Amino acid sequence: MSEKFDVIVVGAGPAGNAAAYTLAKAGINVLQIERGEYPGSKNVQGAILYADALERLIPDFRDSAPLERHIIEQRMWVLDEDSYIGGHYRSAEFARPPHNRYTIIRARFDKWFSDQVQKAGALLLCETTVKALLRDVQGKVIGVEVDREDGRIYADAVILADGANSLVATRAGLRQDIRAETAALAVKEVIFLPKETVDARFNLSGQEGAVIEMLGSISQGMVGTGFLYTNKDSISIGIGCMLSDLKRQHLAPVELLERMKAHPAIAPLIAGGEPREYAAHLIPEGGYDALPQLYGEGWMLVGDSAGFVNAVHREGSNLAMTSGQMAAETLIELLREKRPATAANLARYRARLDASFVMKDLKKYRRLPETLDRQRQFINDYPALLNQAAHTMLRVDGMDKRHKEKEIFNAFRERRSLLGLLGDAYHLWRATR
Amino acid sequence: MHIVVCIKQVPDSAHIRVHPVTNTIMRQGVPAIINPYDLFAIEAALRLKDQLGGRVTVMSMGPTQAEPALRKAISLGCDEAILVTDRIFAGADTLATSYVLASAIRTLDKEMPVGLVFTGKQTIDGDTAQVGPGIAKRLDMQLLTYVSRIVEVDPAQRRIVVERRAEGGVQVLETAMPALITMLEGSNEIRFASTPGMFRAARATIRHWDRNAAGIEDIKLVGLKGSPTIVSRVFGPAARAEKAKPIPFDPADPDSCANNLLERLLNEMPKVRKELEQRRSDTQ
Ligand SMILES: Cc1cc2nc3c(=O)[nH]c(=O)nc-3n(C[C@H](O)[C@H](O)[C@H](O)COP(=O)(O)OP(=O)(O)OC[C@H]3O[C@@H](n4cnc5c(N)ncnc54)[C@H](O)[C@@H]3O)c2cc1C
Repeated sequence: MSEKFDVIVVGAGPAGNAAAYTLAKAGINVLQIERGEYPGSKNVQGAILYADALERLIPDFRDSAPLERHIIEQRMWVLDEDSYIGGHYRSAEFARPPHNRYTIIRARFDKWFSDQVQKAGALLLCETTVKALLRDVQGKVIGVEVDREDGRIYADAVILADGANSLVATRAGLRQDIRAETAALAVKEVIFLPKETVDARFNLSGQEGAVIEMLGSISQGMVGTGFLYTNKDSISIGIGCMLSDLKRQHLAPVELLERMKAHPAIAPLIAGGEPREYAAHLIPEGGYDALPQLYGEGWMLVGDSAGFVNAVHREGSNLAMTSGQMAAETLIELLREKRPATAANLARYRARLDASFVMKDLKKYRRLPETLDRQRQFINDYPALLNQAAHTMLRVDGMDKRHKEKEIFNAFRERRSLLGLLGDAYHLWRATR
Repeated sequence: MHIVVCIKQVPDSAHIRVHPVTNTIMRQGVPAIINPYDLFAIEAALRLKDQLGGRVTVMSMGPTQAEPALRKAISLGCDEAILVTDRIFAGADTLATSYVLASAIRTLDKEMPVGLVFTGKQTIDGDTAQVGPGIAKRLDMQLLTYVSRIVEVDPAQRRIVVERRAEGGVQVLETAMPALITMLEGSNEIRFASTPGMFRAARATIRHWDRNAAGIEDIKLVGLKGSPTIVSRVFGPAARAEKAKPIPFDPADPDSCANNLLERLLNEMPKVRKELEQRRSDTQ
């Protein structure tokens, strides 16, 4: 006897959990399938949680969610070989509850989130991998097949929340295989340090946390960024670069991370810590122009499997949650109206996304991936130029300041030419407008 | 026949680390698994059920966090799961644990007589191999340890024949049931749960037994109070000062490499060298 549900959700990351939670809360018979030993067991450790998206699902999440620190300071660093220039934003406002951003350990957070989903009434199968989609003669998706005996499970609709690789969607021909040009490979490590050490090194107290976003020489000429987050008694540090660049340069991401950790501005922050939990993961960074078809007969893509990542602001989990919630709301609406999950009806999912920050933000930065790929000066020239400029201006050596300014200006003009500088300003404006 | 399998949820030792500064065991984020040896106990019980029919109850003493281990046992085919759980059971050593489990099995026996009890040969977090024998003793059951194969079970005659690994060979033992069997690793291939099995596990209600439900008679014998064992200190092995010494290796000349190695070893063991030289001169 095979099982039949209203909805099957594949994956128990932020997207799948948000979808299953919303459905279960509405009393819909939902099955969630996760290949990991438990939700979170497969997920890269250490991340930033944006409260807003979760609050819309679980308003009182702060009472029980495993949160590490709330972020009160954000640093942006542009690095050269042995220096950095940048800005810090620290605010007492960010220190007052309700807090807006938190650091979390994904393995623990995802497990907590999944507990809420199960309490809401969804059934969860772990250690079970969805291998394929089941279709009827017309091609409508009517269920999934898992990697266990008697593995056919039926549903009126399937939400694919199976992450960046989304083998299920790819194999079913719903989207293309992830391409090296539209994906970043990120490596990340959690480094354990006593809480007092973390507090002292980042000027924090209590549950306060800090974040550093980095770009420049650390990516060795590739399109990519680095990051460092403070957890309760550990630091998450990582770097991600476009897969196509990594392939071209034959660089192992581990090596990239090791070199970044050795940077004179970074090394003292993590000194003496014990690295644990090394992980590598793909991030879909193709942006708006790389989005696949998002829905069809009986199916929808949400979260990373749909490519919903805002690489500029390092937002992913919030887009995942919001898209998961919207897919669920679309189905709830259709079930109430007793309409089937046909492609025509599921177009409402796309309409919801278009009206939200998810699509608006992706559209805003749609030209950025291409711009950065083609205009390498943003990675190769400007970080060094900016650092040199600061160095020239701040070094007291008998040269008068007007001469120093001239020297800086000449350095920029030599590397980029006057027209180049204007062009660069235009490119950057167009790519982020 | 009614078979009981006792299992324990343990931290996955592959993921455990000792904190370099405080020397405490870092359990944070360490996944919990069914004690690997217990999986062979479950498998042996399920094979008997496949063969003879009957019922398999899986049981564990532990906190409510141990529920996933019991669910997993159900997904494999166990019929029912009992979590023997009570605040006063905390801090138990093997003596107190075997007392609680024996009491619970005795209580269960009244619902449906128990013919066999299975456990793994030991746990990976304690390595004592004492709980199984402790239960057998308290329940006055025949005890068969380190069993590698169940040869034959005759429920009507209440007889069981097993192969047991002993030093230097394999013993074939026959005894009367009820009996308690501790299973050896590798005795059987562990099955992979089917989809219906996964659904059964996800929906199963795990019975929780507190001290009363489990039929505990003397609460002085459970938990920390009932545990005479004291762990006075935990420490990691000290790092050794000796460094590995590389031996030059020429793939074209493995003989010289072997000679090289032997030479180095004998240099460090003058007594052995002397003896060898003595023997060589004796035989010449
Ligand atoms: C290094 C790194 C740092 C990041 N930092 C941040 C950050 O700070 N803040 C932020 O918001 N975002 C961050 N992101 C992005 C964020 O992690 C993702 O956008 C988010 O996890 C997407 O959620 P998801 O549910 O779509 O996918 P996932 O979290 O990848 O979840 C997919 C789930 O599906 C399961 N699954 C996959 N295939 C199958 C199958 N066939 N059958 C059953 N189950 C399956 C997987 O096991 C997994 O649990 C980061 C990403 C990386 C790689």
